[in-house]
Amino acid sequence: MNIFKRFSKCLNTIVAALICVIIGLAIGFLILTFLSWRSLAAGADPYTFRDVIVQAWKDGFLRLIEGGTYPIFNNATASYRKMRTELSLLPPLLMCGLSVGFAFKTGLFNIGAAGQYTLGAFGALLFALVLKWPWYLCLIAAMLFGAVWGAIPGFFKAYFNINEVITAIMFNWIGLYGVNTLMYNEKLTSLPSMMYNAKTTKTFTLKAINSDAIIPPLASDEYIKAHKGDTLAEFLQSPVTYAVVIAVVIAIILLIVLNKTVFGYELKACGFSRTAAKYAGINEKRNVILSMAISGALAGLGAGLYYLTDTLQWNPQESTALPSMGFDGISVALLASSNPIGTIFSALLIAHIDTGGGLFSAKVFPPEVADIVSGVIIYLCAFMMLFKNIIAKPFVFLGQLKAKLTGGNKEGSEKK
Amino acid sequence: MTGSMAMMVFLLISKYTLLYAVVLMLVALGGMFSERSGVINIALEGIMVIGGLVGVIVSASLMNHVNPYISMILSILASALSGLIYSSLLAFASINLRANQTIGGTALNILATAIAMVVAKRFNGSQSAKIDYNNSAYLINIKTSEGTLTINVFLILGIVLLILSYVVLYKTRLGLRLRACGEHPQAADSVGINVHKMRYIGVLVSGLLGGIGGFAYIIPAVSNWNFEYGVTGMGFLALAVMIFGQWKPFRIFFAAVLFSIFKSIANIYDSIDFLKDLGLNKEMYNMLPFIVSMIVLTLTSKKSRAPKAEGIPYDKGMR
Repeated sequence: MNIFKRFSKCLNTIVAALICVIIGLAIGFLILTFLSWRSLAAGADPYTFRDVIVQAWKDGFLRLIEGGTYPIFNNATASYRKMRTELSLLPPLLMCGLSVGFAFKTGLFNIGAAGQYTLGAFGALLFALVLKWPWYLCLIAAMLFGAVWGAIPGFFKAYFNINEVITAIMFNWIGLYGVNTLMYNEKLTSLPSMMYNAKTTKTFTLKAINSDAIIPPLASDEYIKAHKGDTLAEFLQSPVTYAVVIAVVIAIILLIVLNKTVFGYELKACGFSRTAAKYAGINEKRNVILSMAISGALAGLGAGLYYLTDTLQWNPQESTALPSMGFDGISVALLASSNPIGTIFSALLIAHIDTGGGLFSAKVFPPEVADIVSGVIIYLCAFMMLFKNIIAKPFVFLGQLKAKLTGGNKEGSEKK
Repeated sequence: MTGSMAMMVFLLISKYTLLYAVVLMLVALGGMFSERSGVINIALEGIMVIGGLVGVIVSASLMNHVNPYISMILSILASALSGLIYSSLLAFASINLRANQTIGGTALNILATAIAMVVAKRFNGSQSAKIDYNNSAYLINIKTSEGTLTINVFLILGIVLLILSYVVLYKTRLGLRLRACGEHPQAADSVGINVHKMRYIGVLVSGLLGGIGGFAYIIPAVSNWNFEYGVTGMGFLALAVMIFGQWKPFRIFFAAVLFSIFKSIANIYDSIDFLKDLGLNKEMYNMLPFIVSMIVLTLTSKKSRAPKAEGIPYDKGMR
């Protein structure tokens, strides 16, 4: 594949993803306009069409697209706090996206990222709060817990030929109920006394129990003191931690593993055709389990990276809802066509939209409008191939033109 | 005394088992129609949420305005229709655009919860997604000497739809054509059957049944529902019921009853003494149906009778 082709293929994917995003945002704007109209119609004051649009734009859409940067642009006192919150969402989203994307690359659909994320959160908090280990060891625990939960659907797929989607969904719920029981039910184990804070109905903060388990922020306290007010110092404070760096480094490692190693090649081969891989002497059963275990480890690590920043505590009482992070991972992976580097950018985008949804004036616009936008984006991604083909047409034409001009001696290589 | 106690427990178990069995059966029958026509419908959970949402909103809006029985009929129709419309999104993506059916279905699941939250909050005009309604018209109390057994109208509707499903699938030309499209669409096309049309029918019927199922799950059990919780994984359980039922109507019925016995234990464990003494909490019992379905899937995986062409978009050029 020559450079020109590779570049045009890459560009094609990016443009297709952008089309998905733009249509998603447009639908979001329509919903906001409708909600804005309903809220104005409910009020006593007369209103015009202009008012409806202005409210939808100013109180809704603008906040959605400006995300964490909204307070910087629109407040008299520029605050970077929201921006930091947005960046702290990047590691878990990116890891869940990598988890789902890695499974896609090996021909599996890991819808179980939510369950593996749950187990990862449990692993991290168990080692942090009960065993009081430092953060890097807690992260490894989170990975292991997630890996085990990911390996289970792989095992059922390899040995019983049960679709990994069904198994993963079942184990999402088993994991959620299991984890919450362990954290919450005092009769069963003594864990709740060490993990669960009855006053806040959440797990204890790491700060109170074991501050070693908090992943350190990117800038040290001395640096922040010395550079008070600097944009960079503002950015690198808690909760923007080394978690961001770890997540990005892992994305790069995955790119190398998938594209430049024999191991990655074998995993991908199983994805293209299990029977062909078996024929070629690859242990396809082992590889399916291994792919799912790695995918699970990534989701588990994502939970570790998030809960060990101590911005949010696990709430075992919300036991009827799976963490949305795992499902957001699916949008992140799809939007990036499972490319690890692309995943970084799509994770940033989803974090941006999610933060923006939280900034709506909640009386008029529920924050879930942001979820609708990402839901629409996944729906569109399901037939992204269609967009790709449409966009590719001019490129194919250019390719043919080039072939004609150069004498058309490479007819065979043009096909693909 | 213990005799009447046992009777009471039996009535309680029957109440919840019947409640859940109808839901699981309706939704699994829906899944069956879709998959027998060749489209994997993983969006059942989302379709249930939408059906439940629309049904609840219609019945909450009509409360105290019209006769409760008319309101009931309108609400059920609304839930069926909304499920049908929502499932057309899956049909469009997977049949016309040949998208990956699993991904399309997942997107619809995620979208449904978000839509339900936004709509429920707007309906309330507050920041809570909890909607109140009156469900007394749906309940039928059968008095016995030991207590009352509460059943709901969906039980009757469910049995009718079960028989209807069987007849349509096995005794009509439509059913035969539908099944052919799920087994070998190329062959079906070669004898002049419109594969796209058949698959559309399959998916839309699944939306219709899924919508009613979602409404049947929410309305008879409690008098308010918080849409933050969606339908708590019932759509996915229904998928397991469908597989355990081997994509056949009456087997699905038995599978649904079996699953709902386990599901109902979570609701009543604290009124049964020996279960209460075990010291397990609600979460443990909530896990039960999912664990059972995993065991069942493992046991039945070897002789699975899945429609051969499910999940593969039909491409005329492949003939």
